[in-house]
Amino acid sequence: MMENQLIVTAAPHIVDRSSTQKLMGNVVIALLPSVLASVIIFGIRALLVEAVTVFACVAFEYTYCYLMKKPNPISDLSAVVTGLILAMNLPVSIPLWIAVLGAFVAIIITKQLFGGLGFNLANPALMGRLFLFSSFTGRMTAWVFPQTISGVDALSTATPLVAGQTTALPVLDLLLGVHGGVLGETCSIAIILGFIYLVATKTISPAIPLTYVGTVALLALVFVGPSHVMLHILGGGLLFGAVFMATDYVTSPFTLKGKIVFGIGMGIITWAIRYWGNMAEGVSYAILLMNLFVPYINDLTRQKPLGGAKVK
Amino acid sequence: MAAKLAYIFFSMILVNNYVLVKFLGICPFLGVSKKLNSAFGMSCAVIFVMTLATAVTWPMQQLLNHFDIGYLQTIVFILIIAVLVQLVEVIMKKYMPPLHQALGVYLPLITTNCAVLGVTILNIDNGYTFGESIVCALGAGVGFMLAMVMFSGVRKRLEEAKPPKCFEGLPITLVAAAFTSISFMGFGGIIENIFKIS
Amino acid sequence: MSAQQNKMSILTNGIIKENPVLRLVLGTCPTLAVTTAAFNGLGMGVAATFVLICSNMVVSALRKVIPDKVRLPAYITIIAAFVTIVQMLVKAYAQDLYSALGVFLPLIVVNCVILGRAEMFASKHNVVESALDGLGMGIGFTLTLLLMSAIREILGAGTLFGMTVIPESIDRISIMTTPPGGFLTFGILMALVVYVETKLGQSKKRAIGCEGCPSSGTCQSKGACN
Repeated sequence: MMENQLIVTAAPHIVDRSSTQKLMGNVVIALLPSVLASVIIFGIRALLVEAVTVFACVAFEYTYCYLMKKPNPISDLSAVVTGLILAMNLPVSIPLWIAVLGAFVAIIITKQLFGGLGFNLANPALMGRLFLFSSFTGRMTAWVFPQTISGVDALSTATPLVAGQTTALPVLDLLLGVHGGVLGETCSIAIILGFIYLVATKTISPAIPLTYVGTVALLALVFVGPSHVMLHILGGGLLFGAVFMATDYVTSPFTLKGKIVFGIGMGIITWAIRYWGNMAEGVSYAILLMNLFVPYINDLTRQKPLGGAKVK
Repeated sequence: MAAKLAYIFFSMILVNNYVLVKFLGICPFLGVSKKLNSAFGMSCAVIFVMTLATAVTWPMQQLLNHFDIGYLQTIVFILIIAVLVQLVEVIMKKYMPPLHQALGVYLPLITTNCAVLGVTILNIDNGYTFGESIVCALGAGVGFMLAMVMFSGVRKRLEEAKPPKCFEGLPITLVAAAFTSISFMGFGGIIENIFKIS
Repeated sequence: MSAQQNKMSILTNGIIKENPVLRLVLGTCPTLAVTTAAFNGLGMGVAATFVLICSNMVVSALRKVIPDKVRLPAYITIIAAFVTIVQMLVKAYAQDLYSALGVFLPLIVVNCVILGRAEMFASKHNVVESALDGLGMGIGFTLTLLLMSAIREILGAGTLFGMTVIPESIDRISIMTTPPGGFLTFGILMALVVYVETKLGQSKKRAIGCEGCPSSGTCQSKGACN
């Protein structure tokens, strides 16, 4: 079984606490630009939501391990990362108790119940977000007027993906994030900065984000034409999901080929949901679906890649 | 016409997935999905029996309706399915031994399976024509296969998990099934819009 | 007196000790599917109990007459007959329930609980005992369905039997009334039961395998499940 554990993924779950801590610490640092941007764009409540979510995640993890008499892992900072990422998936107006419920689902049900870090089947923050989205759809899509910087507030009650079907938003606004959306997904520049930091510190491989975003961009080009490509890349949760949620070590493939297949698969599913489906956003479901196929991707890409991911 | 058939087929696989959305066929889903081989074998058997059963029960329903005894549907259908499966097994054993080796083992399990009886009844309830019913049964079977195969991969990872004692075995499998089920909730609207059915 | 006690124990067996859903893991499909509202859960439970008692009694009455080779088709026919009766009764007197249960009403005929009890109990005991067993198992089944649907309805819709229990101002956790919520509730409930069992020293291995399956007597696929 030890052998299996080593094979399942690359980094952290067999290594000692300090290495995981370093990796997670880097992720926290990479998230800081987005945190800052969220406060500038959405106001001080953003910070409150983030703080509460992080605190709830850490508290749940600590309490669970204490009650179950397991060694306490909170110093590996993975709960902090989950909390931040989950918070970034919430709109600024979310009632705090709902954020705490999301933290419960993420840490206890998705992660600790299966054995803790390394044993989860899906990214905890992702599952928390999906749970909340299915349960409290209204609350989760109640995007609020952000405090505008450039003075453009015409489209702030809907995300650019929803509103931008007819008029493409100016790219600068998309980059800066002065539009409606959840806390972490609007400011593209902050996400890109985080991405660069993560790649530079070798915390993640750029393969997944690049193939994922690339596939969506290509599909956008083919289906809706070049004028809307930037909208699809920068609008919605694509960048944030691709950089911070799809790259979770435990739930993504560990070979390069596997990562590429993973990225393409997510891209196709995201596009299918965005273009044909009723939901405005397909990132979360796409990541979850591909998470569940990872055991097969790992098996198939270990030897020869046959493009093994199941495409629906 | 083709669009409607394609719509039925794909929606049975994704949006109306028999296992993860409609809750039909839970017992084999939880019981046979541990190994990929058995998951695949079981699903093939299910596709086969579902389609065959539909092919026989649909005309039978028309006959029952003709004689105004449509209410005997439940009795007639389940008996047809039971007899059919027995027959198929005997024929398979005699004339196609390798196939019997691969699939035959699962056939008796399918007789009392809600998924097969479910699809035959739902075809009638939905008012499908014969062609549509066959396509629906095929789609339902393929959807079953998709769910089984996906879940088999999930269970592989589950084997290495360390849940608390009271969750070991079936409870944690059910939680994992919940995750798998959530993943299918994002497909709303895709099939209709691809095939332009409103 | 001991005959009385024996009858009592047959009755209570199905409620807790051998609760069909939580201990024997039978009848999982309706448990997950119809428990979105307490009314549906109760309705299904009552319908299934009726079929269970009647079929148990008839199977028991005919147990010396039915040839062994055709016993499974015979049981199925008997059960199907009662299911058809129940279908007609529900359609006539409880239309809401009829549309709420949908395809799961006729699917009672393949409910493992009923077929299982016919095979394992009714074919080996007299009519009175079989009736009691049917009643006990039915009550156990109904109570479990009620429990699950109460949880899902209260959390997911804020109501119980249609009456609002949670103030409108508090958001409902709508995922509970959807399929994932069903799986989750069932899993957590079962874990709770296992926990209590372990504390009481009454653990029972749960597997969807030969131990629980009603067809295990006639099954040629031993070992296919799991």
